[in-house]
Amino acid sequence: MTEVKANMAGNVWKVVVKQGDSVEADQDVVILESMKMEIPIATEEAGTVKELKVAEGDFVNEGDIIAIID
Amino acid sequence: MIKKVIIANRGEIAARIIRTCTKMGIQTVAVYSEADQKAPFVAMADESFLLGPPRVNESYLNIDKILSIAKECGADAVHPGYGFLSENGRFAERCEAEGLTFIGPSSHVMDMMGSKIAARNAMEKANIPIVPGTNEAVASAEAAVQIANEIGYPIMLKASAGGGGIGMQVVNNDEELIKAFESNTKRAQTFFGDGSMFLEKKIEGARHIEIQLIADHFGNVFHLFERECSIQRRNQKVLEEAPSPFISEETRKKMGEAAVNAAKALKYTNAGTIEFLVDENENFYFLEMNTRIQVEHPVTEEITGLDIVELQLNIANKKELTINQDTLSINGHAIEVRIYAEDPKTFFPSPGHISTYEEPKTNKVRLETAVSNNYDVTPFYDPMISKLIVSGENRLEAINNLKQALLKFKIEGIKTNIPMLLKIVDNEEFMKGNTTTSFVQEHYLTELHTN
Repeated sequence: MTEVKANMAGNVWKVVVKQGDSVEADQDVVILESMKMEIPIATEEAGTVKELKVAEGDFVNEGDIIAIID
Repeated sequence: MIKKVIIANRGEIAARIIRTCTKMGIQTVAVYSEADQKAPFVAMADESFLLGPPRVNESYLNIDKILSIAKECGADAVHPGYGFLSENGRFAERCEAEGLTFIGPSSHVMDMMGSKIAARNAMEKANIPIVPGTNEAVASAEAAVQIANEIGYPIMLKASAGGGGIGMQVVNNDEELIKAFESNTKRAQTFFGDGSMFLEKKIEGARHIEIQLIADHFGNVFHLFERECSIQRRNQKVLEEAPSPFISEETRKKMGEAAVNAAKALKYTNAGTIEFLVDENENFYFLEMNTRIQVEHPVTEEITGLDIVELQLNIANKKELTINQDTLSINGHAIEVRIYAEDPKTFFPSPGHISTYEEPKTNKVRLETAVSNNYDVTPFYDPMISKLIVSGENRLEAINNLKQALLKFKIEGIKTNIPMLLKIVDNEEFMKGNTTTSFVQEHYLTELHTN
């Protein structure tokens, strides 16, 4: 199991996977948007999206858990 | 005569404009979003009005709302600052249609310079050297590859409607170009509503040097010398200085004259800047024209003693400029650094709560500030929270003053780029004036990763 964490504070611009999707390592999970910059957040490990902790429009802080991949 | 100015902007530039208006006895009106209710510029203005929610489409880009406030408060002119609506020809037209003076050039020239392709063509017509490349939009990735092979790699792929480094990428071979063409076209379409791309040869070892122009409605055009702005991250400027430590007096004169000639050919009015790329042999090429006040205008003010916002207002009042190009001179040296709320290593934004904000009170400093003590920096806008401008009799003195000021600048609660700026001022190549557009990559990031 691996946790995907936000590496900067910002708004969730797009969630690009769904719960139950199988994902590969380095695949984007969400795209964060902050201060005119979009940063894709990818999972480090392959697996299945067990839980999405955020929805589009949510605000996340640096270090917040975005998704759990199993 | 302008009596009341509405400022269609936020942050430090709104505060900067208010300061000059107040000095000139002009009333000021601030507009702000819900995220900026506690921003210093709101309290500084004589009147202030809420625009709406934080998102720019509902606030600082909401033309209808801004114009209805302008009407309600009886403003007679609009200052657009930089960014947001400042280079939007439709906004300028709407202002004029409502009987408001738009403090800037005509919408016609704004539109022409807003399209990088049209700007290249206009400059070529005015005999200004342009970077070798295409003078029309490239239809497809395949066509781009063919042209790239004719010009030769490395190539800069650029969005015609682009700005702030968005939609722009260096490519070194066919494969990179094909990939970048697709992604940047999509990006430019999303950001600017126009996916047209063009190609330019990448000038190796180039410096970014720009000329400040000022032009009135009587055909007078002057240049206020150059600004050296090569030190950039994510294609956005970090440190700017005037004069350039690199160019010779002869090149300075040539660049100034070329910029003045271009402005005359365009029948340009108000403040504007022509950005050039300058190669190792001091050949210069037109890059783009900004039809508004620039973030880094204070360094020019420091070396010339002029107030560019005041000149803008006088021009908008149809006054004739009284500057004499031949007696205008450079006095000392000035450097500006942009203080960004961001991680100094990754350059990722760092919004959050500023618990302590203490500006330096050291030698020869000037500050342009968007925030205050106990202040929330929101994720909705640009990460720039203030600008630190220092001057000195010469470059070395200015650098020493900059270092002292940076050491005394105390910002707690969020990450800022101050550690990066301190590294830059200590860098040997910076001390020597060897600043090219790859400075951050070569002398900051490389060192960071080897340590």
